[in-house]
Amino acid sequence: MTALDIASAVAAGERSARSVVEEHLDRIADRERDICAFNHVMADEARAAAEGIDAAVARGDEVGPLAGVPVAVKDSLCTRGTPTTCSSRILEGWHPPYDATVVERLRAADAIIIGKTNLDEFCMGSSTEHSAFGPTRNPHDLTRVPGGSSGGSAAAVAAGFAPLALGSDTGGSVRQPAALCGVVGMKPTYGAVSRYGLIAFASSLDQIGPMAVSVADAAALYEVIAGLDPLDSTSLDPAVSGPTGRRCCDGVGEQERAAGVEGLRIGVVAELCGTGGPGSEAGVKGLAADVLARVDEAVSALETAGAVVEPVSVPSARLGLSAYYLIAPAEASSNLARYDGVRFGLRVAGDTTAEMNTNTRTAGFGAEVKRRIMLGTYALSAGYYDAFYGKALRVRTLMRRELAAAYERFDLLVCPTAPTTAFELGAKTADPLTMYFNDVCTVPSNLAGHPAISIPFGAGEDGLPVGVQLLGPTLAEVPAGRSALWRAAVVLEQSAADLTGAGPGR
Amino acid sequence: MAERITRDEVRHVAGLARLRFTEAELDELTGQLAAVLDHAADVAALDVTDDVTDVAPTAHPPALTDVTRSDEIRPSLDRDEVLAQAPVRQDGQFRVPSILGEAP
Repeated sequence: MTALDIASAVAAGERSARSVVEEHLDRIADRERDICAFNHVMADEARAAAEGIDAAVARGDEVGPLAGVPVAVKDSLCTRGTPTTCSSRILEGWHPPYDATVVERLRAADAIIIGKTNLDEFCMGSSTEHSAFGPTRNPHDLTRVPGGSSGGSAAAVAAGFAPLALGSDTGGSVRQPAALCGVVGMKPTYGAVSRYGLIAFASSLDQIGPMAVSVADAAALYEVIAGLDPLDSTSLDPAVSGPTGRRCCDGVGEQERAAGVEGLRIGVVAELCGTGGPGSEAGVKGLAADVLARVDEAVSALETAGAVVEPVSVPSARLGLSAYYLIAPAEASSNLARYDGVRFGLRVAGDTTAEMNTNTRTAGFGAEVKRRIMLGTYALSAGYYDAFYGKALRVRTLMRRELAAAYERFDLLVCPTAPTTAFELGAKTADPLTMYFNDVCTVPSNLAGHPAISIPFGAGEDGLPVGVQLLGPTLAEVPAGRSALWRAAVVLEQSAADLTGAGPGR
Repeated sequence: MAERITRDEVRHVAGLARLRFTEAELDELTGQLAAVLDHAADVAALDVTDDVTDVAPTAHPPALTDVTRSDEIRPSLDRDEVLAQAPVRQDGQFRVPSILGEAP
């Protein structure tokens, strides 16, 4: 059942929220031991919330647009009174004294938070193997990673633990695990969703995004979480993020199928859609041929549906990964300075405060987090600032310019989400740079602050899911469910279902 | 193009970042950071003095505007709830080891 099906059945009194919760808790009891999607399952809280919703329905009260829908929430998002760890030892046992704005919005929409999901520590990674509490496994194949950093959220949706999940995306952390787990994942425009209560990694890149079994469900969750928030000074005006307070995205799938992509201009990003092999000027090193084949089929599907598709060059996409791996660690090194053993989380004693700080951070952070802090501190340090951080910020300018030029000719762009299908656990942990290459197709949207969505589109030669990525300009995701970005996503979802014989949101 | 990062620089940066590494960790880290920085050579080599003089840095997606609010008394986080999360507290405050007489 999709989230929208559950919400309408619960609102109509045809199903109790309590039975929905029990059904999902049963699935968690069956498979969570193998998958490890959650850091913390909130069974009691979920049952209590469900009973509250059922009582409201029984009284005839109006209920929210996600009434009774279980949502898995990434453990980088603060939940008041419930442990929030960011999968780090340094925050183990911390109970935030406030809710993230998105969590408040979920509760206001009568959604049911069913648990906090595992991630790469502080969202730094592409496989969820860098969690201090052990890796999450891909529900499609337990020997493979789910992607990351929102791997727990992606796995929870793919395993049927919850039809909806929230992730956060700094360089692809919603879209890449969505692709590897065969679910829909969307990164909103920077500022469209409040970051208040999202534990900061790289503040100029971080966005919270929806993950779901269907495009319509993702749009519904987006509409619930988007909008202006006085507690995040970078959040955008609600006038651009659609009206709230009505039942969101009713029948959105039908409307979108009718509107389709007829006449839309869609550009295929040359730099991200080639294998970069001999004789090929443009391309991504390590981009798998089977992934590329699915992208080609997706492009054909869009053409068949009436879109005008042409190649487009975004030369700075070649520099995007390098720029990202200077900017994100630089911002992280500053943001993570707050973990000093003084106000919350772990403290390891020392004779002086400086020693206590060092002891705490050395014991509390994992290897990848330390690596990024080191990289960022170095990139910002005297003598290297201009050569590395300063240059990376100029790449960001080039990318914004080139993308702006592309969007004068095209409504949307298309490319793979991840270079390969899900890889085996341990395959890329020995060499950090190899792991970083996972993000090559996703970082451009973060650097530009643009929205992007990954839609499952068939499988690779190993039978594992492939994701196709649609990119749009600022606020291309508004209005939720109805703009070109969503319409094209629905066309791809339907085409994928036609090709494989499976329906969306099975 | 900057010189390749050295082990001594890594040790220095670790001090700045309030992190401590074993000698073996320092060796491994130096190689790993060098590999990432080598990959970033194309960014570092970007010629901003000649062909792209008009390329200003972008530190943030655009539309960063000043946000103001009226100066009104509002409830803030509960002090006891916040302090309950502190590793060591005393008299309604965070307690830390001595900070006087430390090297800067």
